[in-house]
Amino acid sequence: METGTSRVKRGMAEMQKGGVIMDVMNAEQAKIAEAAGATAVMALERVPSDIRAAGGVARMADPTVLEEVMKVVSIPVMAKARIGHYVEARVLEALGADYIDESEVLTPADEVFHISKRDFTVPFVCGAKDLGEALRRIQEGAAMLRTKGEPGTGNIVEAVRHMRLITGQIRKVQNLSKDELYHEAKNLGVPYDLLLDVHETGKLPVVNFAAGGVATPSDAALMMHLGADGVFVGSGIFKSEYPERFARAIVEATTHYTDYKLIAEVSKNLGTPMKGIEISKLAPSERMQDRGF
Amino acid sequence: MKIGVLALQGAVAEHIRSIEAAGGEGVAVKRVEELDSLDGLIIPGGESTTIGKLMRKYGFIDAIRDFSQQGKPIFGTCAGLIVLAERIEGQEDAHLQLMDMTVARNAFGRQRESFETDLPVKGINEPVRAVFIRAPLIKEVAPSVDVLSTYNGEIVTARQGHLLASSYHPELTDDYRLHAYFLDMAKEAAAAKA
Repeated sequence: METGTSRVKRGMAEMQKGGVIMDVMNAEQAKIAEAAGATAVMALERVPSDIRAAGGVARMADPTVLEEVMKVVSIPVMAKARIGHYVEARVLEALGADYIDESEVLTPADEVFHISKRDFTVPFVCGAKDLGEALRRIQEGAAMLRTKGEPGTGNIVEAVRHMRLITGQIRKVQNLSKDELYHEAKNLGVPYDLLLDVHETGKLPVVNFAAGGVATPSDAALMMHLGADGVFVGSGIFKSEYPERFARAIVEATTHYTDYKLIAEVSKNLGTPMKGIEISKLAPSERMQDRGF
Repeated sequence: MKIGVLALQGAVAEHIRSIEAAGGEGVAVKRVEELDSLDGLIIPGGESTTIGKLMRKYGFIDAIRDFSQQGKPIFGTCAGLIVLAERIEGQEDAHLQLMDMTVARNAFGRQRESFETDLPVKGINEPVRAVFIRAPLIKEVAPSVDVLSTYNGEIVTARQGHLLASSYHPELTDDYRLHAYFLDMAKEAAAAKA
């Protein structure tokens, strides 16, 4: 009997495919997310848009939030640790979190090193905005990836940019000859073996969800079209006028992302979505996607 | 044999790959109409609450019960096992209520307790590599249910006529023998009908 194997960690992410993972700040929101059909919840103190508004240093949530949420739902519960903050990650593992997000949404603790995620029994999800970043996180032991997007903006444009970039780079790698792969590995700053795997399979070796800016059912469906295995929704649900309606609609649109009539139906009368932010209005220091590398 | 994999959420592509590797044809099923042309159906791993909700929403509960009435085989893995069960421990309601057993969800604990192991299965020669992820257990079965394997004395694989269920994920390995076993069940059912 072996726990924490790569297959067990990646397998958990496989089971999330086609699903929606929702940010929640308390037990009540977690119950709403579960009832709406979320496949997992991310327990945190503040959703990304509140983190933006509050400013200051954003850290791992109070363990009480995680414990309360774990108590009321039977779906997996994820939690965020700062980039490079392996003690926060150990604490979350000790508390029983089912997945840890080493997240750029929180203020990074380390500007050089990410957490060595292979050393943990609990699986990790990490953000990536291009293929190099994605494969570096996998090399460190990430069992799942998500596009970074620009969290807390309700603006899908950056998630689209990152997903298109990653899939475009994968296509390029597929078309390289074996001898060209060595050079490309150097260019991307990634291990040759991982790049060879992408060359042979035409896909990332782990599940990749869309995240950062998903605010409507159509946003979720768009990301599925672009090749996402599922969707993370942060501020998009509990910063909208009617969270229950948005949550259910986004789940259905993710399942049936090519059924436009259905997406039209579920998009009716949802009330006001979260207020968005135009990316060009963000100061460079406010751009979360530039954290990590 | 054409085997559908219920594609509302979860590890759909992995089951299709395994069925094809075992010599069948695998297709993703998103609508009830798509059940008509199938010789068997797999309900994959995923989140049982989510899968159950979407099944209700899109009319799959009655459609799959009808599919089962026709004697066509159904295989549930992990969440799929929960969806097949007559009773779920600690819950008033169950989903398809087809297989006469009581199941316990997340019976091994949280994700950090998830594991893999070599598991002997009745009807398969050598042990299979079984990947348990936040896995359920079969707590009680009716006499008509055949127990195919146990782990630490608890039931983790079972068959009742044309219904097959496993607590673990055969689709996450390169071992296709359980899928081949299910394909044989589909062949037998098709032959019995002809």
